[in-house]
Amino acid sequence: MSRLGITQIISFILLLTLQVVFLKNVVLFHTAFCFLYISFILLLPIDMNRLILLGVGFGMGLMVDIFYESLGMHAFACVLIMFMRNYYLNMLTPQGGYDSNVRPTLATNGLQWFLVYVTPLVFLHHVVLFFLEAGGFTIFWLTLWKAFASTMFTTFMIVVVQFLFPDRKRT
Amino acid sequence: MNRLFLFLYQYRAFFTFVAFEVVCVWMMVSSNHYQRALFFNSSGATVANINSFSYNIGEYFNLKETNVSLSEENARLRTLLGQKSTSVVSTISTESDSSVVQRWEFVSAKVVNNSVDRFTNFITIDKGEDAGIEVGMAVMSGNGAVGKVKATSDHYSVLTSILNIDVMTSAMLKRTGHFGTIQWDGSDPQYLDFNFIPPHVKPVVGDTVVTSGYNAIFPSGILIGIIEDVHLNEAALFYDLHVKIGQDFQKLNYVEVIKSKLKVEQDSVEMPFNPLVK
Repeated sequence: MSRLGITQIISFILLLTLQVVFLKNVVLFHTAFCFLYISFILLLPIDMNRLILLGVGFGMGLMVDIFYESLGMHAFACVLIMFMRNYYLNMLTPQGGYDSNVRPTLATNGLQWFLVYVTPLVFLHHVVLFFLEAGGFTIFWLTLWKAFASTMFTTFMIVVVQFLFPDRKRT
Repeated sequence: MNRLFLFLYQYRAFFTFVAFEVVCVWMMVSSNHYQRALFFNSSGATVANINSFSYNIGEYFNLKETNVSLSEENARLRTLLGQKSTSVVSTISTESDSSVVQRWEFVSAKVVNNSVDRFTNFITIDKGEDAGIEVGMAVMSGNGAVGKVKATSDHYSVLTSILNIDVMTSAMLKRTGHFGTIQWDGSDPQYLDFNFIPPHVKPVVGDTVVTSGYNAIFPSGILIGIIEDVHLNEAALFYDLHVKIGQDFQKLNYVEVIKSKLKVEQDSVEMPFNPLVK
């Protein structure tokens, strides 16, 4: 079983602050939102206990929700992608499997693998989030378009952050 | 029994997942329907301060526009003042009833956080319970209706903006006096939809839409916007009306919270006949 290290607590606080202080007001063309904070929960160690994953996802989502005045929506989407994450990671297992206690980062598995891992989960998160906010499917295409544009923006930002602050492999 | 526990344990991740999602859904539902039922909202001092700091960063870039809109408002108010002093005789006849004069009270507040790009937009202002603001009060600006107070703390309040797809506001076509409902469609923060105007009414482009005053929250006659597009499908029951909002929400800086002194009285008189309260 893996534990939450001090670096993870710091990056939790950093990403949450970044999200609610700066990225909250960054909206490209009135459509593309940047929810960079989900990179934190996507990059938690691969073999981490799934119950802890769900709890961390819930906590992160709830914190963001309080600032966005959208109680429950971010938390719902985060818990969902945290539940899906491990099934998806198993599908993407590289030859020889994952090393123990490794994080699914760009540095460990390469850009192509990273994009394949991150993009669908980000898209799932955004689709769920925007449809919850729209309160149903009445404005279907606009909501889908917002989710799609935001997915591109968020994924781009996650990759940029991965290049800027590459994770040193922890042993 | 043992088998049951084994089963629960085996699928513990799934059950935890379901439990978390149920909690989330419960929070979503209850924050929509029971105002103030939950402790978590962004009107709390710490959260509101951080949100205000975050909004301020962008606000420096709009200082020039803020100045322009404030001086415009000043000019308009000065004109009003001029009109009032020159026409003392005519004003006496219309609004001399003391209950009318003292019915509304205004509290000015500064917008410290605002958004227009989401489907459900909220505004934070820097006045709260200390200034006498309560949940449910209406908010307007110099250019028209803005929204309704959703939650309050001591020094901050969170408003539901009119730019919120869940908000419906009772409105009136000023020229003809017909009533309808204003609702945002979620796409363009400059335009609202004006619904439920029947075909026998003949709205034209340029007609003014104002609040109706039917809900005791907004005083009647507050500007909402100007009709920019009139469309009537064949065999449709109502017009499709697009209304350009009077207040540009992207430049919202100062607002006035409207305290209705007679709201309690009006509500208590209406209550026996209100199907929603029963």
